Amino acid sequence: MTTQTLTKLKVEANNVRKGIVTSTHSAKAGHPGGSLSAADMFAYLYNVEMRIDPKNPRSDLRDRFVLSKGHTAPGLYSALAYRGFFPVEDLPTLRHSDSYLQGHPNMNSVPGVDMSTGSLGQGISVAAGMAKAAKYCNSDARVYTLVGDGEIAEGQVWEALMFGAHYHLDNFCVIIDINGLQIDGATKDVMNSAPVDSKIKAFGYEVVTIDGHSFEDMERAFEVFHNNTETPTCILMNTTKGKGVSFMENNAGWHGKAPNDDEFAKAMAELEVMV
Amino acid sequence: MSDVKMIATRDSYGTALKELGREHTNLVVLDADLAAATKTSTFKKEFNDRHFNCGIAEANMVSVAAGMSTFGLVPFASTFAMFAAGRAFEQVRNSVGYPHLNVKIGATHGGISVGEDGASHQCCEDFALMRSIPGMVVMSPSDDIEARAAVKAAYYYDGPVYLRFGRLAVPVFHNEETFTFEIGKGEQLAEGNDVAIIATGLMVNEALVAAEALKAEGISARVINICTIKPLDEEIVLKAAKECGKVITVEEHSIIGGLGEAVCSLLSEKCPTSVRRIGVNDVFGHSGPAKELLKQFGLSAENIIKTVKEFI
Repeated sequence: MTTQTLTKLKVEANNVRKGIVTSTHSAKAGHPGGSLSAADMFAYLYNVEMRIDPKNPRSDLRDRFVLSKGHTAPGLYSALAYRGFFPVEDLPTLRHSDSYLQGHPNMNSVPGVDMSTGSLGQGISVAAGMAKAAKYCNSDARVYTLVGDGEIAEGQVWEALMFGAHYHLDNFCVIIDINGLQIDGATKDVMNSAPVDSKIKAFGYEVVTIDGHSFEDMERAFEVFHNNTETPTCILMNTTKGKGVSFMENNAGWHGKAPNDDEFAKAMAELEVMV
Repeated sequence: MSDVKMIATRDSYGTALKELGREHTNLVVLDADLAAATKTSTFKKEFNDRHFNCGIAEANMVSVAAGMSTFGLVPFASTFAMFAAGRAFEQVRNSVGYPHLNVKIGATHGGISVGEDGASHQCCEDFALMRSIPGMVVMSPSDDIEARAAVKAAYYYDGPVYLRFGRLAVPVFHNEETFTFEIGKGEQLAEGNDVAIIATGLMVNEALVAAEALKAEGISARVINICTIKPLDEEIVLKAAKECGKVITVEEHSIIGGLGEAVCSLLSEKCPTSVRRIGVNDVFGHSGPAKELLKQFGLSAENIIKTVKEFI
């Protein structure tokens, strides 16, 4: 990865984080913790990895992304806005009653959103269906889905994983954000899903474990995905929930809580000096 | 009556899929290990490359269908009504209904005429569940001819559709040569002004038998077939209520949330009319031969006749 790309990604990820903090502050609601843990991945997907065109968000040729952990919409919206799908100035309208930026992703109102999600466990199945359809339609579109580590307690996730392996969907990339925290506390205490890697390997996936805040790791993991022509790929990314805002980091309390005015100012000041 | 053809509407579903499949390569079929029972096996025999078994995982199947539809495919996701409308309700609501995707849910084995399998498989709640989803079309065809037409209409309609078919072979009473079908249009099958019998699914034929018997006793019953439960053909129902003054609804479904309540909601607001609902009376079914069960649960021409006589 060139220094130039790395610098650009750092700037974009920082923009995504500012967008998350700004939009949830304005909404007085939303999910900053899991949005921030995946901010680097959102930046990488929309600036490097995916073949997309903000001027033609519904292009048949585009790669698809399904945010299975739909509550982290602020992260997705910020990545889309900074990538040019819609004005960055609209981010503060998140969750407002006259806004197109719904609390959870809506494919019919937000340019660039490929699927409406929010009910956990369903997005990964939808993404698997897209990958299967791409095969049937002879499209070389790749399909990515981002799943939460708390979300994998949903049985449907495992149904979808089975479907992807059964149909040899080598165009299907499941990314799991292992930030270790969910609403009620630590994932290992709420419903322990470990060991995730061996379980998903056993389901027939090529599993790559990475540092979810390392762009070099992401580059390496997606290289594995591109070169895999036998099975679907699963990227397990270890992350810090709330990453980038000191007082939100590793604190389950910031799963679904918006920053107040003071917290907003503090968070933005930290993000200002981060890049 | 001996020359009347008997065909289960699940067979009509398989046949119609096969016929449509020949014309449209974007039609794909999904099943959850029930292809032999839902009759999507008829489609699979000819189009194995676009019949996708999802295994016994209905929730995943419905969401997979949603994803496939975003590529311009028209997926028919098939399983028993209990699992399509019941097990996968929230997938139908959130993966299909909320984004208003072009997915068709082909639900066979609706109602208590599932028979011997018993209550666990006898879905009498599907109309209620599916009607409650905004933008969902809900259809319940009455015989082979209408069922095949409904499947074809569902394919050409752009949006989510729930189709309910039966396991039991039922009389084919429509005339294919003169039959026309439109989503949202009811059909008057018998003239009459003493009472209107508004029926759906396999109960339409029972309503016709009842009307014939009542006629011999000097009671003129209008028979209306409602295939599309949502959106309901308000015009035909209101006209029947105004002209007959009394309405009986008949469905192989709970009296809660189905055709009966749809008719009552409409009439209470636009033309208050006395109504009797025939359906499954807020109880679970049980095992037994389908025809016996239909009689036991009052889903018969005899019970329609009895209800009419008590009512008018």
